[in-house]
Amino acid sequence: MSAHSTSSSLKTYVAIWIALLVGTALTVYASGVDLGHFNAAVALAIATIKATLVALFFMHIKDSSERLTKLVVISALFFLLILLGLTMSDYATRLWS
Amino acid sequence: MPDSQAAAVHQPTHGHAHDPALLHHFAEPQQQRDAASLGMWWFLATEVMFFGGLFCAYLIYRLMYFPEFGAASKTLDVKLGATNTAVLICSSLTVVLAVWAAQTGRRMMLVGNLALTLVLGLVFLGIKGIEYKQKFDENHVPGASFHFDETIPGHPDQHANPQHAQIFFALYFIMTGLHALHMIVGIGIFLWLLILAWKGRFTPEYNTPVEIGGLYWHFVDIIWIYLFPLLYLIDRHP
Repeated sequence: MSAHSTSSSLKTYVAIWIALLVGTALTVYASGVDLGHFNAAVALAIATIKATLVALFFMHIKDSSERLTKLVVISALFFLLILLGLTMSDYATRLWS
Repeated sequence: MPDSQAAAVHQPTHGHAHDPALLHHFAEPQQQRDAASLGMWWFLATEVMFFGGLFCAYLIYRLMYFPEFGAASKTLDVKLGATNTAVLICSSLTVVLAVWAAQTGRRMMLVGNLALTLVLGLVFLGIKGIEYKQKFDENHVPGASFHFDETIPGHPDQHANPQHAQIFFALYFIMTGLHALHMIVGIGIFLWLLILAWKGRFTPEYNTPVEIGGLYWHFVDIIWIYLFPLLYLIDRHP
């Protein structure tokens, strides 16, 4: 908790805010460049970096002393991965035969 | 264990030098904060699965009807979508500043940032409303009056199948609509926080509502961070 009370955390917040705005501009720019199949991968990678920045620094996961919080986040992502991964392993391979 | 023993020892004196913000079933303010925060995190985990189902449906249909998804995505207004992304990112900054202000006891900074968050949230919904209006005017809303006459990106001679495009727009309206509903709920929460902050209810010792309200707002921002590229930026390059 004490980590939030310093003015250095204000600088961090502004830096993350700028990074998020740059990421938004970057994803719009990248969508206009023909990268073949990699367009979707680049868009998702940028979105994931932005989401991670929000979670770590704005939602304070990074300096949370509560390990249970991390457990909840990891289990939510784990079950999301099962949902998307298993479904896609079916649909994406149906045309293989 | 030492904590619970300490609490048991203190029980007879309960009610004397007692922090009014500390509910009696918690041993100390830190434990109360952690419990509230953990509850919000569990709620957000269920929200991940809630939106996850929609993202899953989106992925399946995007895989099946990619050409039409590209054609339909191109009819969305990227400028408005990108502006709204920036608006939400700015609102996330004001939220985190509000949480910091609450934790350091700066009341006017807290009130100001909560008010700014509300304004940015309303701007987001206003822009979303303009976009929805455009889609209604273009008959791109799924239903009996749906009309879609566009070519597939990269293939000017091929017309997109309107039925497949309709699935894109159904997902577009459900996903952005559910997100907008979360924004409306968030605005309600922040209005309540603003009133409490104005009354001076939050102190460096007691500011949990601001903190967990902030967690909710950031989560809604994260959902939009994914919705923007997935809906607006499919197959855009020339």
